[in-house]
Amino acid sequence: MAASNEIVIKPKNKISINFKELWHYRELFYFFTWRDIKVRYKQTAIGASWAIIQPFSTMVVFTLFFNKVAGIKSGAVPYAIFSYTGLLFWNYFSSALTQVSNSFVTNQQVITKIYFPRIIIPISATLLGVVDFFFAAIVFAGLAFYYHISPGTEGLLMILPMLLLSVIAALGVGTLFAALNVKYRDIRSIVPFVVQIGLFVTPVIYPVSLIPHKYQWILSLNPMSSVINTMRSGLLHQGSINWAQLGISCLSAFILLWIGIAYFKRTERQFADVI
Amino acid sequence: MKPVIEVKNLSKKYQISHSQKTNYHTLRDDLAAAVKKPASLITGRTQSKETFWALKDVSFEVNQGDVVGIIGKNGSGKSTLLKILSRIVDPTEGKAILRGKTASLLEVGTGFHQELTGRENIYFNGSILGMKKSEINHKLNDIIEFSEVEQFLDTPVKFYSSGMYVRLAFAVAAHLEPDILIVDEVLAVGDAAFQKKSLGKMKDVASHGRTVLFVSHNMGSIKQLCKRVILLSKGSIVEAGTPERVIAKYASGIQPDFERSLLSTLKGKVENIKINDSKDLHCHLDSGNDIKVNLSYAPNSEQKRVVFGLDLRSAQDGTLLALTHSGLEDRYFEVESQTDFIFTIKLPRIAPGEYVLGLSMWADDTFALDSEPIAKIEINPLAPFASGEVFSNYSSLLLVESSWEKLS
Repeated sequence: MAASNEIVIKPKNKISINFKELWHYRELFYFFTWRDIKVRYKQTAIGASWAIIQPFSTMVVFTLFFNKVAGIKSGAVPYAIFSYTGLLFWNYFSSALTQVSNSFVTNQQVITKIYFPRIIIPISATLLGVVDFFFAAIVFAGLAFYYHISPGTEGLLMILPMLLLSVIAALGVGTLFAALNVKYRDIRSIVPFVVQIGLFVTPVIYPVSLIPHKYQWILSLNPMSSVINTMRSGLLHQGSINWAQLGISCLSAFILLWIGIAYFKRTERQFADVI
Repeated sequence: MKPVIEVKNLSKKYQISHSQKTNYHTLRDDLAAAVKKPASLITGRTQSKETFWALKDVSFEVNQGDVVGIIGKNGSGKSTLLKILSRIVDPTEGKAILRGKTASLLEVGTGFHQELTGRENIYFNGSILGMKKSEINHKLNDIIEFSEVEQFLDTPVKFYSSGMYVRLAFAVAAHLEPDILIVDEVLAVGDAAFQKKSLGKMKDVASHGRTVLFVSHNMGSIKQLCKRVILLSKGSIVEAGTPERVIAKYASGIQPDFERSLLSTLKGKVENIKINDSKDLHCHLDSGNDIKVNLSYAPNSEQKRVVFGLDLRSAQDGTLLALTHSGLEDRYFEVESQTDFIFTIKLPRIAPGEYVLGLSMWADDTFALDSEPIAKIEINPLAPFASGEVFSNYSSLLLVESSWEKLS
C-alpha cells in the first residue's frame, strides 16, 4: 500500500467485493493455503499418502459392497475405476465443503485481531483440497494403466474445468454454511449430514443411467452430478458429454456461489462482533 | 498538512441480549423461538435486547509523528476504538480517516500455529500483519536476531516456552514499518528485560516520524512514550492533553466499588474476596502489617490455567507494587472447579494513606482481569515521631528506620 493511501472507516451499507483490495492482499491467499497444507501434513503421521489411501480404500469398499454384493453395474468399464472417478471429485468437494464451512470458526482468533478481506479465508480453504486432488489423481492414472483404459483427450482437457466447477460449488455452499456457522454454531453438525446425503444424491456409487431419463435433468441441478458424469464420459468413454446438463450445472453452481457470497457479505461485518 | 488520523463522531452500538450469555445462537433455539412466536421470524426479534453504546461521539485528530496514548478503565471503550481503527469491527456512526500504511497490533502472535516452526510462523504472521513475502525475506535475519530464538527456529512453536513464543511474536511485529501503528497493551507481556526491550523498540518506532496510537494501563510507559494522552470514560473522551494532566485526572477518577466481592469475567468468576479474613473490603491496617487476600475462583467449563496478579496503588503516586504469583514462564495454577486461594503480601512499612488493591488474572493466556480494584487499604496514621521514622508529610513511600546523630 502506498504511503499516500487513505483508509476511510465508516458504517458500511454497500455489499460489494473490493477486487483492488483483494489483489493487494493476494499473497495472503497463498499463505493461508500454505499454512493449512503444512499443518495438515504435519499432523498426520502418514502425511500426503493419506490423500491416496483414503479414496483408494473407499473405492475398494465400494467395489466390494455396491458392485459385488449389491450388484450395481458400471457399464463397459470396471466398477473400480468407475467409482474412483466419482470419488476423486466427490472427495474433493466434500472435504472442501467441510473446510470452508468451518473456516471462520477455526480462524476466529485471527478474525478478531487483525483486518484483511475475510473472503480470503473461505477461498483459501477450497485450495487445500486441490493438493489432495492431485495426489489422488495419480491413483486414477494407475488404475487407467492397470485396466488398459486410455482416457479421452476431451476428458483430459475437461479435468481442470471440472475441478474449477467443483471449487465453485464447494465455495458457494461452503461460504453460506461458514457465515451461518458464525451465527449458529449447530450448523457445524449439519455439514457432515449434508455431505453424507450428498454422496447419495450425486452419482458417485451408481451410474446416472439408473435414473429414469426424464428425471435426469433434476440431478444436474447438483453441479457435482455433472462434474462426475462429464468425467466418466470424457475419461472412461461412457457416452458423450451432456453439454446441456453441464450448462445447467454451471448455472446452478454460479447461483449457489452468488447466494453464498451475498449472504457472507451481508453478515461479514458482524463477524468480529459475534465470534 | 492534513492530520494522519482523523476521527469524527465515531460511535459503536452493541446489542446485549438478556436471554443468553453467549453471543452466538443455535439454529435450534431460533427455530424454537420462531415456532412460539411466528412473527419474530420475520421481524428478527426473538428476544429482548438492550442497546449499549461502547463508543459515543468520539472525535480527535492525530498529526504525523505524534505518539498518542489512550487510557481509561476497563469498559471505557478503548478496545472498541482500536478495533474500529483496525477495521476489525465497523462503527455504527461517524467515520475515521487514516492517511498512510497502517498496522495494528492488538495481540502479539496473531495467527501463530502451534504445529508450525518458528520460521514458518514468522512468514505467516508477517504476511497477515501486512508484510510482503519479499519484505519478510529481507528482514528475516533482523527478526531472528531480535527474537533471540535462532536455535529453535526450526522447532514447532508448541515446544517453545511462553517467553520464547512472545519474543518471536513481538520480533515479527517490531519489524513492521507502517506509517501508523495502532498498539494495544501488547507490551504487557514477557519478562522485565523483554518488556524494556520492546518499550525501547516502540520509542525507536516513534522517533522515526511514525504515528503511534497506544493503549495501556501502564501509566509509566504512557508517560515515557506519549506526547499526548486521551482519557476515555463510558465511551466518550473526558480529557485530552499532556500526559501529566490527563493521568492525574484518570487517577482521581478511580472510584471503585468495594462493596461487591464478586467479579465476573469471560473466563470465570472470582468471589468471596476477603482481606485479612474480613469481608470488609475497606480495611484499615497498621504500617508493616501483611495483607492476606482470600478468594475463590470458579472457572467456566473449558478453562484450566490461571495466573493471578496483585497490585497496590496509591492515588497520588501510582503503582507501589505489582506482583504476580509467578512469572509467565509456564507457571500457573491448574483449576478445574471452584478453588480457594490465599495470597499473602509481606508488606514493608509503607507510608500512611489510602491505597487501592488491584487484582489481575490471566486465564489460559488471555487477560481476564486487568488490575481490577478489589479493596481499599488504609494505612493508619502513625503516632508522631515514634522511634525516628521518617514520615514528613508522607512524601516518602516507605518508612525506614533511620538515625540522626551528630558526631562530635
